[in-house]
Amino acid sequence: MISDLFTATVIMGIISSGIRLATPYLFAAIGEMFGQRSGVLNLGVEGQMLLGAFTAYYVVLKTGNLFLAILAAIVVGAVMGLAMGFVTIKLQATQGIAGIGFYLFGMGMSNLLFQKLIGVVENINGFPIVKIPLLGDIPVLGEIFFQQNLLVYLAFLLVPIAWFVLNKTTLGLKIRAVGENPEAADSLGVSVVRVRYFTVILGGILSSIAGAALSVALLNVFQQNMTAGQGFIAVALVYFGSWRPFGILAGALLFSMVNALQLWIQVLGIPIPSELAVMMPYILTILVLALSLSKGKGPSALTKAFEREG
Amino acid sequence: MKNLFKVLSVLLVLGLALAACTPAAPETSEPAVEDEVLQVAFVTPSTINDLAFSQSISDAMMVLKGEMGDKMEYVYSENMFVVDDAAAAIRDYAQKGFDIVIAHGSQYGSSLQEIAPDFPETVFAWGTTVDTFGQPNIHAYEAASDQGGFVNGVMAALLTETKVIGVVGPIETGDAKLYVDGFVAGVHSVDPTIDVRVTYIGSFSDVALASEAATTHLSAGADVLTGSAQMVIGAIGKAQEADAYWFGTQADQTSFASDVVVASQVYHWEVIFREIFALRGEGVLGGKTFSANLENGGQVISINEGLGLDQTVLDKANETIQGIIDGTITIP
Amino acid sequence: MSKSTKNSSSPPKFRVSAIFDALMPVFATIAALLVGAIFLLILGANPVTAYTALIEGAFGSFNAFAETLVKAVPLLLVGLGTCIAYRASVTNIGGEGQMIVGALLSTWIGLSFTNLPGWLMIVIAMLAGSLGGALWGGLPGVLKAYFNVNEILSTVMMNAIAVQIMNYMLRGPMIDPVQAEAASQIPQTARLEIAYRLPRLAPTRLHIGLIIAIILAVAVYILLWRTTLGYRIRAVGQNQAASKYGGINVKKQIVLALLLSGAFAGLAGMMQVYGVNYRMITDGSSTGFTGNAGFNGIVAALFGQLHPLITIPASILFGGLLVGANAMQRVVQVPSALITGLNGLVVVFVVSSEYFRKRNQRKRMAAMEADHDNEPPDLPAKNLEEVTA
Repeated sequence: MISDLFTATVIMGIISSGIRLATPYLFAAIGEMFGQRSGVLNLGVEGQMLLGAFTAYYVVLKTGNLFLAILAAIVVGAVMGLAMGFVTIKLQATQGIAGIGFYLFGMGMSNLLFQKLIGVVENINGFPIVKIPLLGDIPVLGEIFFQQNLLVYLAFLLVPIAWFVLNKTTLGLKIRAVGENPEAADSLGVSVVRVRYFTVILGGILSSIAGAALSVALLNVFQQNMTAGQGFIAVALVYFGSWRPFGILAGALLFSMVNALQLWIQVLGIPIPSELAVMMPYILTILVLALSLSKGKGPSALTKAFEREG
Repeated sequence: MKNLFKVLSVLLVLGLALAACTPAAPETSEPAVEDEVLQVAFVTPSTINDLAFSQSISDAMMVLKGEMGDKMEYVYSENMFVVDDAAAAIRDYAQKGFDIVIAHGSQYGSSLQEIAPDFPETVFAWGTTVDTFGQPNIHAYEAASDQGGFVNGVMAALLTETKVIGVVGPIETGDAKLYVDGFVAGVHSVDPTIDVRVTYIGSFSDVALASEAATTHLSAGADVLTGSAQMVIGAIGKAQEADAYWFGTQADQTSFASDVVVASQVYHWEVIFREIFALRGEGVLGGKTFSANLENGGQVISINEGLGLDQTVLDKANETIQGIIDGTITIP
Repeated sequence: MSKSTKNSSSPPKFRVSAIFDALMPVFATIAALLVGAIFLLILGANPVTAYTALIEGAFGSFNAFAETLVKAVPLLLVGLGTCIAYRASVTNIGGEGQMIVGALLSTWIGLSFTNLPGWLMIVIAMLAGSLGGALWGGLPGVLKAYFNVNEILSTVMMNAIAVQIMNYMLRGPMIDPVQAEAASQIPQTARLEIAYRLPRLAPTRLHIGLIIAIILAVAVYILLWRTTLGYRIRAVGQNQAASKYGGINVKKQIVLALLLSGAFAGLAGMMQVYGVNYRMITDGSSTGFTGNAGFNGIVAALFGQLHPLITIPASILFGGLLVGANAMQRVVQVPSALITGLNGLVVVFVVSSEYFRKRNQRKRMAAMEADHDNEPPDLPAKNLEEVTA
């Protein structure tokens, strides 16, 4: 039966599912990466994702306008990011715990808003699947890679864009400097505060879009607690990827494809307890990271509050 | 400015302390003194609009309230997935004098066993289970979900053309497992060669994973799907895209996807609670076990009329239902 | 330091200011609840009724207070573990998983050996629970120290793995034989022997776990400030490079810190089984068993300024908040989602209030230095920072 796993259908299915499952992780983890690179840890990603998911869904439900929905999600994400920034940058609160507080708040608010404003689970018409002309017609590969949802393409495009911004632009240089040695950056005229606010707000926006990707693109529905912990996995993936966009891509794909694999294992009836199958992506992520040789060092100023002397 | 803040907070603390010390003003949900209004409270582990377990008890209470009007009032505490918190809630409602306290969660049993003896006047109902602990004021109720599963399975077997059926389950326990076992038995009673694949995704809420589980089933050749718990809406969405039939449970899922939902096993707990209320009127506070099954209407297979199913399928379904009720069909 | 012949007590202004700051978490909580009142009003609930119900639900009666204390026990234990880990600059958000594994191991032992004297089994179970949690915390510790796997990643993953193990064990090998036969198939274990259950204090649900936890809090204090091991743990947290030169094995200390904090969480899990439910039950999720104590314990430690002794009242207060919030829900019938949101607001406000506390403390230090000529330098410590430095 294990040999059944090596058929074309299964392998294609695993890659295709993996790509879809990875999408929210990519948005959220890249956003978190920017924040962490500048020195700020945000554990509240899950709350931001839920609020973004609800906001986008609500706008589509009421207006049918997808563009407006993403815009609304961006605004909500920015506001959450601003609040997180204020608490951690200005008030210099312990970042990890502040994040947990925002997570609880976001989860509570999204559930409350859903109960009071909608109340019934129903589906909507979200972003469509887009077949890329020519490339989408390639046998096998075309189906897996070039017939996916619009937001899936965006998520994967985000990776090289993030890499470029981080490594080839002045902004990226500033971000990395602030995260590595904020005092030195400050002495060179970089506004540490402003850079950190930027990255944290950006992180909020991207987490919100990650949630929206779930509710108005991939699943076309909203339900309470629908992210089921994906926000925390996204944060973990930043560490897996050593704070590098392509590393995060590898982590998101690894985790998601193993998840898709375990579903196939169950479907094909391979006799292992369902709980063991469900555990696989988590165990493998730890193992792969433990055994990998190129682990980057984190930003030295991560979680340390910055204060100007004098 | 800071001093003002200090003063305000001290005043606020004093104010609240005073409020706490004075005898409580009539609280929003303290039951009225007259016996004519039946005061009901229920405690449930998930949200009441989960289109599944908790929604079913909430819907039942709404129906009863509609029937009894002013003669019944109910309150609830949802999302009580922490057993401790649920225990505190159950005890609190009993202490406040509610006539009927419903513990709608199998995990609440241990707590109920301790609390019930302290409140001999209160009727406690525990679901979904069969154990009353021999307590005179605990009723137990459960759903014979395997029955509904069986009927669904029979219909599914008749509708599948690829002879492959997929099941998207949450966690391999309790109600979900009972339904799935019944479903598989139903399928095989029609055609033992049909391949029924079961996946448990390990969560009640991961909609994305449920959606991929459905996709996986469909890629593996399934053309009929079923599943249980709230995350299945992800699976139903994929069924819709692939034009595969869906069989629902715990709530009527027709409204969600009327073009593919064939039938849903729906719980009508109100059938049971009408009896419990009546018994209380006669002075019986507990000790009975109830089952929501096809016979008493506590369980209903809600078929999607709008789908235009083949008459043979409908006939077979009704035949099966009747057979279970008569006892001529037994589920292994 | 010169000793002064004058009265060396601090000026009254400083004392009030210091007390105000020590109570900062309480004021922050009140501020959060004030914001919450806005939401209550929008939902049509009366904030005064609501918050009165909250206070009564937490502290208003003997039974209510007992419930608060029951809630506080796991918070205190996880909080103590957090204090240790934090001192070594290690973040342990794996409390949920460690509680689960500790509970599983101690429950398994309690069900497998049914003929031991009660007190003996309780001790063994406590050790087993601590061992289980230590294992689940130590593994991320080893992964961090020797494989450079960040502990946030490993603990998040291991939390999820622990839930799956729990689900498998409780519906499989460890299921109550009664349930195995019954149709209901509830994933729970059999009940523990009556002799094995933690004795109760007073006719309430409060069990001696509270006393044990308080004793442990004192023990942790002594460990961190009065032993060499404690010194080493704190030193590693302050400055890893310097500690290495000082001859301290940094890797070992990191593993130890996670091991110890995991042990406390595991013990908390054992207490939930042996002291509260007398069996292990799951609803499939982690919070169903732990009640989020794995996370809330961290918050309680923060309320307690990460000092083991202050964490005791902090846990009781935070426990009261959680218990009271549920009582509030029952009275004004607001959706439970609001309670979660309030929980989050309180955490954010309390964590933010640190800013004001530190600022005031600095002002006081500056003022003290300015008064250096007038005041004797040998002043008693003004605040915890000096005590814990």
